[in-house]
Amino acid sequence: MTTAPPSPAKPNLFEYAPAPESRSIVDIKPSYGLFIDGEFVDGTGEAFKTVNPATEEVLTEVSSGSVADVDRAVAAARRAFTRVWGPMRPADRGKYLFRIARLLQERAREFAVLESLDNGKPIRESRDVDIPLAAAHFFYHAGWADKLDFAGLGPNPRPLGVAGQVIPWNFPMLMLAWKVAPALATGNTVVLKPAETTPLTALLFAEICQQADLPPGVVNIVTGAGETGRAVVEHGDVDKVAFTGSTEVGKSIARAVAGTRKSLTLELGGKAANIVFDDAPIDQAVEGIVQGIFFNQGHVCCAGSRLLVQENIHDEVIASLQRRIGTLRVGDPLDKNTDIGAINSAEQLARIRELSDIGEAEGAVRWQPECVLPDRGFWFPPTVFTDVSPAHRIARDEVFGPVLSVLTFRTPDEAVAKANNTTYGLSAGIWTEKGSRILKIANQLRAGVVWANTFNKFDPTSPFGGYKQSGYGREGGRHGLTGYLKGATHS
Amino acid sequence: MSDRLAVRKTYKLYVNGAFPRSESGRTYEVADTRGHFLANAAWASRKDARDAVVAARGAFAKWSGMTAYNRGQVLYRVAEVMEGRHAQFCDEVAAGEGLSSSRARAAVDAAVDRWVWYAGWTDKLAAVLGGANPVAGPYFDFSMPEPTGVVAVLAPQESSLLGLVSVLAPVLATGNTTVLVTSKERPLPAVTLAEVLATSDVPGGVVNLLTGDSAELGPWLAEHADVDGIDLTGAPPGRAMEFEREAAGTVKRVVRPQVPEQDWTADPGLSRMTPFLETKTVWHPIGV
Amino acid sequence: MAGMTHVLDPDALSDGARLLPAPVDPFSDVTRSDAAFRAFLHGLPGVDQVGAESRVAMLGTRSIKTTAKAWAIDTAISMVDLTTLEGSDTPGKVRSLAAKARRPDPGDLNTPPVAAVCVYGDLAGVARQALGNSGIHVAAVATAFPSGRASRAIKIADVKDAVANGADEIDMVIDRGAFLAGRYLDVYDEIVAVKEACGTAHLKVILETGELVTLDNVRRASWLAMLAGGDFIKTSTGKIAPAATLPVCLVMLEAVRDFRAQTGTQIGVKPAGGIRTTQDAMKHLVLVNETAGPDWLSPHWFRFGASSLLNDLLLQRQKLRTGHYSGPDYVTVD
Repeated sequence: MTTAPPSPAKPNLFEYAPAPESRSIVDIKPSYGLFIDGEFVDGTGEAFKTVNPATEEVLTEVSSGSVADVDRAVAAARRAFTRVWGPMRPADRGKYLFRIARLLQERAREFAVLESLDNGKPIRESRDVDIPLAAAHFFYHAGWADKLDFAGLGPNPRPLGVAGQVIPWNFPMLMLAWKVAPALATGNTVVLKPAETTPLTALLFAEICQQADLPPGVVNIVTGAGETGRAVVEHGDVDKVAFTGSTEVGKSIARAVAGTRKSLTLELGGKAANIVFDDAPIDQAVEGIVQGIFFNQGHVCCAGSRLLVQENIHDEVIASLQRRIGTLRVGDPLDKNTDIGAINSAEQLARIRELSDIGEAEGAVRWQPECVLPDRGFWFPPTVFTDVSPAHRIARDEVFGPVLSVLTFRTPDEAVAKANNTTYGLSAGIWTEKGSRILKIANQLRAGVVWANTFNKFDPTSPFGGYKQSGYGREGGRHGLTGYLKGATHS
Repeated sequence: MSDRLAVRKTYKLYVNGAFPRSESGRTYEVADTRGHFLANAAWASRKDARDAVVAARGAFAKWSGMTAYNRGQVLYRVAEVMEGRHAQFCDEVAAGEGLSSSRARAAVDAAVDRWVWYAGWTDKLAAVLGGANPVAGPYFDFSMPEPTGVVAVLAPQESSLLGLVSVLAPVLATGNTTVLVTSKERPLPAVTLAEVLATSDVPGGVVNLLTGDSAELGPWLAEHADVDGIDLTGAPPGRAMEFEREAAGTVKRVVRPQVPEQDWTADPGLSRMTPFLETKTVWHPIGV
Repeated sequence: MAGMTHVLDPDALSDGARLLPAPVDPFSDVTRSDAAFRAFLHGLPGVDQVGAESRVAMLGTRSIKTTAKAWAIDTAISMVDLTTLEGSDTPGKVRSLAAKARRPDPGDLNTPPVAAVCVYGDLAGVARQALGNSGIHVAAVATAFPSGRASRAIKIADVKDAVANGADEIDMVIDRGAFLAGRYLDVYDEIVAVKEACGTAHLKVILETGELVTLDNVRRASWLAMLAGGDFIKTSTGKIAPAATLPVCLVMLEAVRDFRAQTGTQIGVKPAGGIRTTQDAMKHLVLVNETAGPDWLSPHWFRFGASSLLNDLLLQRQKLRTGHYSGPDYVTVD
């Protein structure tokens, strides 16, 4: 790696020496094709480069799927659905998914390193969160394949057919698992379009499919940008569209599938409130605030980007928070001690900068720790805005970066009113030692996931998804199956 | 029948627990299937729809916050009060839909029974659709269904009572509040139902019934930013796609229409409740 | 006695009735009555156990390599309170331990000495004699260690005896029975009395967190001990399992951090019992570094109560120096 870790803000006797994870475990080819019908094939669109956002180094060239390529992929998925995957004994479908889960565990380190290289996220997170959770999703859904009759989703649940799936760049492999595992477990076949800036782990997943002897066409991976995604979503022979990404694109997809037979699930943006009451376990709350907004550089749709702190402990919480943020280690994503890695792209960095500048211009007070950022690559320091009012754009717009907006409240009613005062409704946090308050507030929050005295926890058994403009449908758990079954009667 | 001259009813809108005329002052003629005049129905305008959404939003906290048992009793009360007006409903359904009296009676019976069915669902949904999630960590994690919020319903155009109840009751049973546009040609049973609702402990604003034209009101409701979901069952032929596109602008939950209109006597299952339920998942650590 | 319980008459102990010194500002009034002290301790923020555990688990993934590891091993060695607390202890055993304390690795004289030798009070004189003017402290456990079940007069006599024998650090145990019964002022008063008996000797207050069980109790006991004038707060006697755990140490480090922020007084922390490997020690040092901060990274403010830990640190030190793995025959048996 050419990126040097940042020097410490203050002299510290115990400066951790660089502890880079070895990159040699991954073997990135000079170029990649599309994965269609079990084979890697050249795309007919113009190839594009994917870079390491920590260094701006070009990692490789990736094919861009054209409308014709998508057409081939959908045709392959249809064939596989009709001839192989649909008719297959459910128990056998399950066994393929178990195989995939095990292969992911076996090659976990390789996936983690590749994810950090392509995405910029710290190896600690790709190694301890993204990849283990992705494997867990396959393992969990594998078990469902032959038990759908017992899922309580109505009589004789049947797959929809071909699922077109478009996933984001923030958790490339985990989002792939969230999409592919339930689709396959329920007997659908898939055409998946990974994000333009993070295609590499999806392509490595294609190798896993080959190693698992997954029948050709069951999983097809078509890389590309927005146009490729549009071709997937709009393809006439797709029965199901699943999308995770921005609310803006989600709306356009909902428009595109309007009036068709396609079933749609959307997991979109968020502007979660993280509510800290004065009787909270403060040290854990501060930790939860940090996890809530700085996990994955804040590139998290459910990030706790609005801190709602009870006014009588505002100063104390902010002081603790600033002290804690001062210990965050920003730098080389492959260093095992890095807490905050690189911003995924120049485009995203520009957006974070723009919204932060607007925050300052609107009168909020910006605080950033002393923090030396690498010269190359895309970086943004952990940032806290205080004196934020609900009218400020940084309190309303999704920044999708390491930027926290702090607002205050005086009473539980005010906390709930401010928390719900958003067009989003994906997640929320509550910090208090009072059990009855947790249940009351959790009940009043219009959000799909409520973390009480914790934040940013995920599990394959636990349904995830939003209210309002954060989307509809759930991923994970019994609920997540419904998006891939005909006549399934779950919300 | 005596020779007494009947006192006729003025058919009005039902908004926020009251029976206003359309703010537009418009009415339209409603006729039976042979073309005979039945009544002048209020012809709801987009401003009536706007007011109805405000009323529905205002009623949401109370209705959704009620215990499921209580909500079930209110819906059962609707059935009880409807039963008392059985004959009136039979007459209106027979006239509006051109049914024989026995088929009209069957439709009214089924409509009453549908309320009873949904009344029994209110306190079962959380058990059937929710539950504990065995996450791999020291957390108690549970999911539960919650109402989506304000749901606009374009009621079926043909089945003026059974169809109406079949789309309205599930939205209410799940704790949503609603703005419902009735069948345009056959709105009279809906207005009578409104009178039932008004006397059945349903809080004002929970149900708002607009007689009028779904072609006119549909776009306003589909685009309305304070409407969370829309049932397009009664959308005019060929316009459902347009309404769905408009609904996409605020990521509304959408129920697409079936063409031709579905058989309302069939067992509805959960299919009309789940589209307007959200799943909320709550995590909490398990420690000492 | 001043600190007996007055639960039915919480304000019976007014300021005037108290003879013992009050805590440092701004907490000088919190011990004015049982009720006030209880309200203060129970008003401390709660600790979410799962959150604390996940924090230490995350810090446990820190990778300490090369130069950082070398520094950390030497620092850890210098923080060891080399301990023997057995009924079978003899002057010979203590002298042998003292020799090891002065020169942990006879094969490498650059190895730093440990911080202290920790023994029972009756052997403090042996340790003092064996350590001479090496600068290594003599720590003695006292106050009817490890149970603490004796009258206060006996405990005070125990402390005075140990100090008279040459101990310059006293490791006392708190009255866990009184603490768990909610008689916080009794516990406080006893620490104050022991501190007085210590004279110039430093006082380490053993909370015996394995018996306090909850992290909320650990936080309360930490504050109680700091307010009473303890120079160090120490996790455990080593005789009760679990002894030192990372979540407990985290909460204690938060307590000393917050106490200094609010009073200006810095208090040390000593995890003891169950820390056996270099890996364990590294995790603790990372915890210190990222919780209380680098100011605590010295033997003056952080100690390890341990016996077998030292040899593992020495093996790792040899590995770093020579580049190959070592074995138990290359370090001395205590």
